[in-house]
Amino acid sequence: MAVSQIGIGGLEYDPRKRSLPPELGVLAALIIIIVVFEVLNRLNGGSFLFNMRESVPALFNQQRLDIMLLQVAITGIIALGVTQVIILGGIDLSSGSVVGATAMITMSFAQTGLVNGNPNPSAILGPWAMDLPVIVPILVGLACGVFAGLINGFFIAYTKIPPFIATLGMMVSARGVARWWSNGQPVSFPTETYASLANGDLLGTITFGLFRWPGQNPAVIFLLLAVLMFLVMRYTLYGKRSYAIGSNEAAARMSGINVARHKLLVYAMAGLFTAIAAILLTSKNLTAQAGMGVMYELDAIAMAVIGGVSLAGGRGSVVGTVLGAMIFSVILSGFTSIRLDAYYQDMVKGAIIVGAVVFDQWRQRRRAMGA
Amino acid sequence: MSDHAMGHDVVLETRGLTKRYGGVHALENANFVIRKGEHVAIMGDNGAGKSTFVRQITGVEQPTSGEIAFDGSVVNFDGPLDARRRGIEAVFQNLALADDLDVPSNLFLGREKIKFNLGPFSILDGKGMREATLQALKKTAVKIPNLSSTIRHMSGGQRQCVAIARTATFASKLIIMDEPTAALGVQETAQVENIVRTLKNNGEALILISHNMRQVFDLVDRIVVFRRGRIVANLNKSETDGQDVVAYITGAKTGAEFAEGAL
Repeated sequence: MAVSQIGIGGLEYDPRKRSLPPELGVLAALIIIIVVFEVLNRLNGGSFLFNMRESVPALFNQQRLDIMLLQVAITGIIALGVTQVIILGGIDLSSGSVVGATAMITMSFAQTGLVNGNPNPSAILGPWAMDLPVIVPILVGLACGVFAGLINGFFIAYTKIPPFIATLGMMVSARGVARWWSNGQPVSFPTETYASLANGDLLGTITFGLFRWPGQNPAVIFLLLAVLMFLVMRYTLYGKRSYAIGSNEAAARMSGINVARHKLLVYAMAGLFTAIAAILLTSKNLTAQAGMGVMYELDAIAMAVIGGVSLAGGRGSVVGTVLGAMIFSVILSGFTSIRLDAYYQDMVKGAIIVGAVVFDQWRQRRRAMGA
Repeated sequence: MSDHAMGHDVVLETRGLTKRYGGVHALENANFVIRKGEHVAIMGDNGAGKSTFVRQITGVEQPTSGEIAFDGSVVNFDGPLDARRRGIEAVFQNLALADDLDVPSNLFLGREKIKFNLGPFSILDGKGMREATLQALKKTAVKIPNLSSTIRHMSGGQRQCVAIARTATFASKLIIMDEPTAALGVQETAQVENIVRTLKNNGEALILISHNMRQVFDLVDRIVVFRRGRIVANLNKSETDGQDVVAYITGAKTGAEFAEGAL
């Protein structure tokens, strides 16, 4: 080992010895995948990334980029929450079902009283719950998500059952709540303000030269939350404790960290992120259905794992998850662009998840051997 | 033993400390004293009660009976954190380090410096912790190649050094090391022993649990031997030798004041 040291008490810092962050590898994978799809598209005379139509003054294939960002935004928000849980050394299988339950309950408080002059045909609660200010459904939704997260966190932190079991139970129960809430009927027709939450563009269209981004709210919120969580995980006590517990729970406990309370907090945070996703999803679709969010938990976990967040806990970052989400969405769009059947998409998606975990294990083993 | 036995320079004293797990008497009637600046070794066979003793005085477990006087008053630690707050720091056999964190984060694990208080979302003072880490490493003469690399990338000796640096940084009154060199190579062991000598020069009180006779005779002033949950000898280093200590450890000899019925 060629690590130089200065005598007793001396300390040498060699920046070249810094190990490269694993996120660089994920970024490289993203670029390679984009190049592969670009080449495949070029073979058919099209382009994956670039604008091929002479009549449109744009460098990139704007429509595809917009769709890619939008379709990943909502599951991406869930992935941000799940990332925290996985870094903590846990897992959350309940987010998809919690999206369903939160969607149903939230939408019931977001309904408009009159549809085309007639009473709302899918009204769930009485007339008192019609045309409420938009803050009411938002708060109800966030409360639902946090409540589900607290239940998860309580069982994991205080009864010490494995996170897999606790959140599996929540996955089944929350789906039950979603079905029970309106006897399986969809809840539709939200107020105009609620509908504008996900369908509006708060920031307006953002233009850099030939690059134009319509700035749809879900994408904007996803990116803002990603930046926020990046800062929180890196520069706050919350992040430090999450990494410490995921890395060595016994050491964290010995160091005086209140491990149970922190776990409760992290699962509640994951619930909060799930609720934000549910609110945006119902607002975007203008309806809530009991089957909403099925399999979202796996997509979210996949984004984190592809982004290098280790299922063993303690390792990974928000940057990785955002890159993982981008890889996820590039692959989905890429398959569509080369007209690959949706059945193949699912098969390949599964393979990619397993591949990412195999890669993570391999990297851990290699590291353990001191390479 | 009564209160007047407790001199001003006594850091920690236990009187009749006893711990039973169900019917197992892991620790019986342990009377132990350590004074300021003193380095004391605890020796004994596996299962002799050494680690049980340490768990009682570091607050990891609560004794069945007996009392602990620390820094002039009788204490009841309600957890390891409580003991730490009062100035007892321990390096445990299974290193209490988080592999995926860097050196400063490990050093300040559980007592991070805060720049701006927002409850659990408080903003960390990264710069302050890095600087304090440099100071701590200098004070203990610990050599670490790279402050910002994670502990995972370090050798056993370097990891042990980080654990010891942490202990030495925060211990205001008493340091306890449980087999600090058990898993280390020759060079790394020497490095850890150097740190212990530095601590001696700094006047820190230290309890060292070790199986290594040479190390014990090199580093400490006094040797306390445990056997079958009891203290069987309390020997000044200058008045004993390796064979003598082994005799106590194996039960061939028992100190007169510790013989059955003497208490």
